[in-house]
Amino acid sequence: MLKDITIGQYFPGDSFVHRIDPRFKIIITIVFIAMLFIGSSPVCLEVGAVFCLMSIILSKIPFKMILKSLKPIVMILAVTSVLNLFLITGGEPYFEWKFIKITDQGVYTSVFMIIRIILLIAGTSLLTYTTSPIALTDAIERLLSPLKVFKLPVHDLAMMMTIALRFVPTLIEETEKIMSAQKARGADLDGGSIKDKVKSVIPIIIPLFISAVRRAGELATAMECRCYNGGNGRTKMRQLKCSPSDFTALGLSLLFMIAVIYVNIAQ
Amino acid sequence: MSEIAEAVNLEFRYDEEAELIFENLNLSFKQGEMTAILGHNGCGKSTFAKHLNAILLPSGGKVYVDGIDTADETRLFDIRQRVGMVFQNPDNQIVATIVEEDVAFALENLGGPPQEIRRRVDEALQAVGMYKYRLHAPHQLSGGQKQRVAIAGIIAMRPKCIVLDEPTAMLDPVGRNKVMKTVKKLNEEFGITIILITHYMEEASQCKRVIVMDKGKVLMDDCPKEVFSNVDKLKEVGLDVPQATELVYELNKLGLSLDTHITDENECCEALLKLLS
Repeated sequence: MLKDITIGQYFPGDSFVHRIDPRFKIIITIVFIAMLFIGSSPVCLEVGAVFCLMSIILSKIPFKMILKSLKPIVMILAVTSVLNLFLITGGEPYFEWKFIKITDQGVYTSVFMIIRIILLIAGTSLLTYTTSPIALTDAIERLLSPLKVFKLPVHDLAMMMTIALRFVPTLIEETEKIMSAQKARGADLDGGSIKDKVKSVIPIIIPLFISAVRRAGELATAMECRCYNGGNGRTKMRQLKCSPSDFTALGLSLLFMIAVIYVNIAQ
Repeated sequence: MSEIAEAVNLEFRYDEEAELIFENLNLSFKQGEMTAILGHNGCGKSTFAKHLNAILLPSGGKVYVDGIDTADETRLFDIRQRVGMVFQNPDNQIVATIVEEDVAFALENLGGPPQEIRRRVDEALQAVGMYKYRLHAPHQLSGGQKQRVAIAGIIAMRPKCIVLDEPTAMLDPVGRNKVMKTVKKLNEEFGITIILITHYMEEASQCKRVIVMDKGKVLMDDCPKEVFSNVDKLKEVGLDVPQATELVYELNKLGLSLDTHITDENECCEALLKLLS
């Protein structure tokens, strides 16, 4: 169950998509999301799908991995489609029985929503798949750096994100260990009513918290030993450089998507 | 040879009412030395180690690192750059999500130019034999490999001295061996002073000098052969001796007269062969 979490996972590689400046990738992703949500005509989704597919092929990330990122949202997809199917009652009815009414508009909307969500997740997970978390936080730090004027602790936020991402696999491993340990002592983690299930989480959460706090203390000492002093006077080994191909990628995709949004609004 | 680290009349307590952990502790470490510190849990060896790079400051007395008083806050980074520390749990020392980024962490904090950082990171990774893993994520590595990455993160700062606080306690025998080999290499090839806190007597016997601590005091301070020949005294403070020494000790108790300064298996084998032939 825990192994299915693919958020923040990174697949090292050297494809065109991997090499695009992370700042640009973030901007492209934001515009991509905006396009999916503003767009209400199928053209937007078609463009989004083509764009998404192209990026996946260019990134050389195995298609299986993208599907894996969609696994956790299957439930959400199911609920959304069912709700849309039954609650939207406008248009031509296909099927009617007592209060249940399925119309062409309902079918259309639910398919539309499913594709929209799939594209959203696939597109955004491609961002984390192809960008190392460090590069990602680096880019966020730099994109947000104008906000330093308003005394926003941009470096600290970026550092917190890096550490959080770094410890995701470690804590998952630890959770699994604690679960096995509690099972070995006879804890029943699977069965029972919802109340029992909630209760059975407590003996997992508490040891996990204690160990996380202890880890945090040790990590802080280790960071101090390595001369950490917040963001003051810090430099970076990896310099973010924008190559002409970055600008081409950014420019083209932005133009494309903005055009789509414009067309959509103009309709 | 000059002194790299020195404690003079060191006194320390965690807070005002707490008991003194050290009283009048005097210890010094020469540049290029490889020293092991042994002692039972709670004897103050980790607390002492934390004094060597100003993570803890003395309540009384002084600690000097390369001639700098550790209480001098303005030179904190100079001190920490000279004395690096490696801890027990490799997972809790790695900050970044990519090996090479983690090794670069200290250098980035010190604010060096990017090309210089790149060069030093590659050198450090090569020195610990982890260069080909530079683009891996830490959770893809074994414990021993992670610990070597942590060591690389320290040697990238080019310290004169590395304090290792039970670096092999959480590792399997293979990882333990690799880490010890790396540590020895750093000492022999790069002349880095090593202070190794350990529970493994076999590791301690590989050092040039062994310090035994008990209740915040230095009980013994000598070369490993001399220290381990005092089997009774070591057992009294709850410590073991290397297995070879133990064997010789037991045999001597039964009336043989083997050399009590034996610390490794080969020496023990030779002595036994001589006896048998």
